[in-house]
Amino acid sequence: MSHSPAAPESSAATGSAATAEEDPAAGAEPPHVRSLPRRLLSRPELGSLVGAVAVFVFFAVAADTFLKASSLSTVLYASSTIGIVAVAVALLMIGGEFDLSAGVLVTTSALVSSMFSYQMTANVWVGIGMSLLVTLAVGVFNGWMLTRTGLPSFIITLGTFLMLTGLNLGLTKLISGTVSTKSIGDMEGFPEAEKVFASSFQIGGFNLRVTVLWWLGLVAVATWVLLRTRAGNWIFAAGGNSEAARAVGVPVRATKIGLYAGVAFCAWVLGQHLLFSYDVVQSGEGVGNELIYIAAAVIGGCLLTGGYGSAAGAAIGALIFGIASKGIVYAQWDPDWFKFFLGAMLLLAALLNAWIRKRAEATR
Amino acid sequence: MTDEQPESARPEQGAHPAEDAGTATGADTGTATGADTGADTGTATETDAAAEQSAADAPLLRLEQVTKSYGNVAALSEVSLDVHAGSVSCVLGDNGAGKSTLIKIIAGLHPHDSGTYTIDGEPARLGSPREALDRGIATVYQDLAVVPLMPVWRNFFLGSEPRVGRGPLRRLDVAEMRRTTRRALLRMGIDLRDVDQPIGTLSGGERQCVAIARAVHFGARVLVLDEPTAALGVKQSGVVLKYVAAARDEGIGVVLITHNPHHAYLVGDRFVLLKRGEMAGSHAKESITLDRLTREMAGGSELDELSHELERSPAPPPPGSAA
Ligand SMILES: Nc1ncnc2c1ncn2[C@@H]1O[C@H](COP(=O)(O)OP(=O)(O)O)[C@@H](O)[C@H]1O
Ligand SMILES: [Mg+2]
Repeated sequence: MSHSPAAPESSAATGSAATAEEDPAAGAEPPHVRSLPRRLLSRPELGSLVGAVAVFVFFAVAADTFLKASSLSTVLYASSTIGIVAVAVALLMIGGEFDLSAGVLVTTSALVSSMFSYQMTANVWVGIGMSLLVTLAVGVFNGWMLTRTGLPSFIITLGTFLMLTGLNLGLTKLISGTVSTKSIGDMEGFPEAEKVFASSFQIGGFNLRVTVLWWLGLVAVATWVLLRTRAGNWIFAAGGNSEAARAVGVPVRATKIGLYAGVAFCAWVLGQHLLFSYDVVQSGEGVGNELIYIAAAVIGGCLLTGGYGSAAGAAIGALIFGIASKGIVYAQWDPDWFKFFLGAMLLLAALLNAWIRKRAEATR
Repeated sequence: MTDEQPESARPEQGAHPAEDAGTATGADTGTATGADTGADTGTATETDAAAEQSAADAPLLRLEQVTKSYGNVAALSEVSLDVHAGSVSCVLGDNGAGKSTLIKIIAGLHPHDSGTYTIDGEPARLGSPREALDRGIATVYQDLAVVPLMPVWRNFFLGSEPRVGRGPLRRLDVAEMRRTTRRALLRMGIDLRDVDQPIGTLSGGERQCVAIARAVHFGARVLVLDEPTAALGVKQSGVVLKYVAAARDEGIGVVLITHNPHHAYLVGDRFVLLKRGEMAGSHAKESITLDRLTREMAGGSELDELSHELERSPAPPPPGSAA
């Protein structure tokens, strides 16, 4: 039969011939350049950028001490501790899923690292490695359960969230007798680990925490992955229309599992930071932070329904949270207003983003 | 595709006149498909015709007595279908007849329960759409053809993205992807202003055309289209049917699913009728007229009944005349 041997040849022939024949035409055609305003308008992070500037100006005016270098470095540090995880959560949301367990997973990661090192009286790096394995395993479990069962990620990760919350407290009490871990400050490897996860540099009057570098690095990697790699294409497609993606051969399940592993990795980074900057870990911490990560991603332009958003947007969302949480302190207001402020910010940002997206699509 | 009416009487499938050179697809099509069907159709002699006949006898795809049920719902029972290179096989049927189920089996989205599915003469059991794609079977779905929020060029290459560089710097060949998308669309006669716009901003017809251009570009040997004209107006339907004909003229075996016998008759070479999951008829184009096809599809006696009912019902009073 003549079909099968001839077929690849035929497609190759048509492909190359078309190249030769259409190239001049394509060259003669002026390349289409989109106007700058329109390109800006179609960026998912535009709304959050406007919001960040507004919040910044607001607190610069409302709080005298806000513009001092020490205040700004505190703001940046607060932003980075939210932003490290928010970036991965944003990618996950672009991929169409939620993770309610991210907040307590940070604590789990710190607990495992601390307790494994302490109990095994080993080098802290062994605990750090063990923690990475356990944390990634939780992420893969989330993704695997999701893709196996087809249940909504809200339910699956609500389950992991509750289980981890209980495990964190229960196991810590069982092992160390109290709700916090023992100090590992005198253990081998601690100074080096502290350098990696919890050091800071003095630049002029500005105290740059290493988490800020982690944060920027993760945002850069996430942006690269999202916009310039095959995996990024798959993430957008898995969130935008997973059935269509599967139909054209995208490994949707693997993509989603990978996204949960990404969240776990970032939770691990932050968990190690908390451990090595405070030396001990409170096992009840982290509850509620998962919503802050999601809010930062949404403020940054991620669609709740998936398929749209950016890593830079989530970073700006985290920055808004950092500015607001510290700005309220510098303005000497009651910190109780922080949550109210954030809720209002979230609603405003969601409305603004929806409006911008509509306009961007209408002006095409 | 522009100078040839789709409905113009063509010889048997596999006949690709060399005059095709006038179209955007160019002269390469003639040679490629000539090789594909194993005969130089430009100088058809007795022996060539015989060779062509035997080539046509060996289909790219063959479904025999294929059955599929979803739980208790028997969606397909004992359906047979052949798909030949350079010809259009139409599957006609009302809503719920099992058309989409049939193509989901062909595309590897669902496995069939019984019967045989052969590709190039070998029995196949596809586990995923990827396997079907790897064997040259591309499917454009009725409802899930594209990712609306993604730019046209990202959609075009989704699942088969070209890359450059190595190691951690391995990345999408973005410039090439944009260029190729534009070119492949132009080749099918689609001139997009901006391949960066989300594909969801294109019209339904344009989206179908992009999906078809995509399948052709990636060297599909079999192109399966699920109701590509269902949601389209008359003019857009015509455009889509022209691209179907263009794909056929490139030597691709097309499976066209539709519930519109007029559209099917314009481009089809053979017609399979489905009714509640069962085969209600299978005809070559020569052996059936459009009128009969339409009647069969509407279900002969049912149509008579309907026309009687419509005749008897009194004309509704013009709005506002009662007042
Ligand atoms: N995933 C599914 N689960 C259960 N029943 C289904 C499913 N898909 C289709 N069906 C049923 O199978 C029959 C054929 O459907 P389908 O192939 O979509 O028809 P068509 O495309 O011709 O309108 C219908 O009765 C439909 O309700
Ligand atoms: Mg259908």
